[in-house]
Amino acid sequence: MSFALAVVALASLSMRAGAQARQDSDWPMPARDYANTRFSPLTDITPTNVSRLDLAFSFSTAIDKGHEAAPIVIGDTMFIVTPYPNRVIAFDLSKPGANVKWTFDPKANAKSQGVACCDVVNRGAAYADGRVFFNTLDNNTIALDAADGHEVWRTNLGDIATGQSMTMAPLVVHGKVLVGNSGGEFGVRGFLAALDATTGKEVWRAYSTGPDRDVLIGPSFKPHYAQDRGADLGVTSWPTDAWKIGGGTVWGWVSYDPELDLVYYGTGNPGPWNPDQRPGANKWTCGIFARKLSTGEAVWFYQFSPHDLHDYDGVNESVLVDLPIGGVTRKVLLHPDRNGYLYVIDRASGEVLSADAFALITTSLGVDLASGALRYNPAKTPQFGKVTRDICPASPGAKDWQPTAWSPRTKLFYIPHQNLCQDTLVYETSYIAGTPYVGAEAKMRAGPGGNRGEFSAWDPVARKAVWTIPESFPVWSGALVTAGDVVFYGTMDGWFKAVDAKTGDLLWKYKTSSGIIGQPVSYRGPDGHQYVAIFAGVGGWAGGVVSGNLDTRDGSAALGFANAMRDLPHVTKSGGMLYVFRMP
Amino acid sequence: MYSECRSHFTRALRITVVLMLVAGCEREERQLDPPPVKPDPRAQAAALSDFQPGKQGPGMRMLAAAGGYHEQSAYEVAQGKQLYRWFNCVGCHAQGGGAIGPALMDDNWLYGKSADAIFTSIVEGRPNGMPAFRGRIPEQQVWQLVAYVRSMSGLVPSGAEPNRSEGLLGAPPENLRDAQRPDEKH
Repeated sequence: MSFALAVVALASLSMRAGAQARQDSDWPMPARDYANTRFSPLTDITPTNVSRLDLAFSFSTAIDKGHEAAPIVIGDTMFIVTPYPNRVIAFDLSKPGANVKWTFDPKANAKSQGVACCDVVNRGAAYADGRVFFNTLDNNTIALDAADGHEVWRTNLGDIATGQSMTMAPLVVHGKVLVGNSGGEFGVRGFLAALDATTGKEVWRAYSTGPDRDVLIGPSFKPHYAQDRGADLGVTSWPTDAWKIGGGTVWGWVSYDPELDLVYYGTGNPGPWNPDQRPGANKWTCGIFARKLSTGEAVWFYQFSPHDLHDYDGVNESVLVDLPIGGVTRKVLLHPDRNGYLYVIDRASGEVLSADAFALITTSLGVDLASGALRYNPAKTPQFGKVTRDICPASPGAKDWQPTAWSPRTKLFYIPHQNLCQDTLVYETSYIAGTPYVGAEAKMRAGPGGNRGEFSAWDPVARKAVWTIPESFPVWSGALVTAGDVVFYGTMDGWFKAVDAKTGDLLWKYKTSSGIIGQPVSYRGPDGHQYVAIFAGVGGWAGGVVSGNLDTRDGSAALGFANAMRDLPHVTKSGGMLYVFRMP
Repeated sequence: MYSECRSHFTRALRITVVLMLVAGCEREERQLDPPPVKPDPRAQAAALSDFQPGKQGPGMRMLAAAGGYHEQSAYEVAQGKQLYRWFNCVGCHAQGGGAIGPALMDDNWLYGKSADAIFTSIVEGRPNGMPAFRGRIPEQQVWQLVAYVRSMSGLVPSGAEPNRSEGLLGAPPENLRDAQRPDEKH
């Protein structure tokens, strides 16, 4: 009896150890964990041996649009999702050369390409309980059987005729698939929805604008700042009915804290860009919500950019970490916003603990921590009929969608970002459903120093950058940091780089076939070796001049990004390619 | 000496004035009695494509008299330029360089550069995202848009091309553009 018990106990212990080992090996979602750290616990790759990294295999997607997705790895299978037409491909990592296990084509509507503001990108799939979940550009969330790629369910979440599309990667938590929409440049009304992972049925949907019942604001809503309290602010902070076409789309990253049982995500820009057409604070755009997972009820909200003037979406990731602040360990979230500030926010209450500039900012003069208010610089407020110059950061912000990484070892926050400024002209625009609702023209250019991108390591306790690597082009790829203290990122001219997590020293680089705007990941393969994978394939907003074959003689092309990227077509061409590197 | 110089100057001035008048005449030359053009039923017929701006349904279905197509008229082209912004064409194609949609100021054409092909693109839409504006834009305005789109790469008579724009200048003015991209020249 006691012997049998001991055997059972031993077996369960070894199973748990096995599960842990497997967990360390896998990369089940784009950010790897609910906290959005993009930290790999694997230690094989170190600053001293990273130069031995060797190409294990590569795979062409034969698609010439921007490849922003993170590969997902579970056991001996890797899953990738391509830009439109959003094919999902599974690779058998146990075979030499990792042959294709299965391919799934969702038959996405080709017309959806006409409502994708900034190239037809997709930011990745997510794995949970034997299924792969992803979104299509034409507004479907699809669950596939991970074993054979057959469709388990598909849920339609909107109509492209209203300008809506979907580009974000789902987050799957405790049987709920959290998905949001894109279309901030089309006057789309933003939302985050929770779908049942088993059936695909919508459990709740929380809009970013409109009456409290639509926003799921009720008795649980306790925002930290006074300006966020009151009835139906999602209606009253807009001109009549403007909230119905007011944006606040949810196309970025979602994080989850299991202890507080809260979901965190940011809301996009208000529509149109021209601020004169929407007097008011435009709630709940350009801010962050904390919600209960089970019901979607809002718990708190904070608005980074009230009455947004420059297209500073609030959708960037919130990375959940516990930091010693003022001698006490606090549960915080780190949020590097488009408006140029790195916010450290108490993730239980929504109180802003600090907000420091991590790039050049001319559009505001700081964040008032007592009131939470962004102190705008009135000289940079766009006005009808007048070109407003030297707006920094430019509309893609100090940092756009490209996700950061956090190392619990170095306690540093690795930020891929831009150094761009722009001139803007705003004008009155008509709302025509399914067409762009912007009312602004811009011309971007490099900020001071002439380098358009930077990769920084930031100490959120000391509130300063520890090191910064200037890059010629915007760093539009995500970041990865490993427990071996190596950081990976890619550049738009096609270099995949490894740098020392402590010093930023360049350790290794590899020239890929096209500019990199993907998300690096790391995993342990079935052969026991540590691998690093990345998509090459330039595009996205920053690389649209190449993937969309735009005419760069027009600086206002690609919503003004073309002006800053005139040389990109000379240094890289489009075309998606997966690269997988192995530590010998 | 002085008077000779002055008479030279006067003659030069006269020639300049005459030249300016001639050039001006060319620009303003208009057909005051254009040949009648029948309305094209495609503009107001029920849509073939279900991808249209606005909600599903008949849309505006506005009855408008067809005005014909006059790309040699600076007025019509200028009207098209204004409509290009009003109908949010600028949001997808920028000032000709492109964004969501392809560039229109170069000599690469996915669906043809003839006035008729461009009319069809606007009215019927195209499969990779160009929405169908059938029933949303009066036919005469579609033709004005067609004229402006053709002017963006120098396909209309130079006298009718718009020159400077108000506001933020993204691309060179239409009348100073070369349809061929510098990097595609051989």
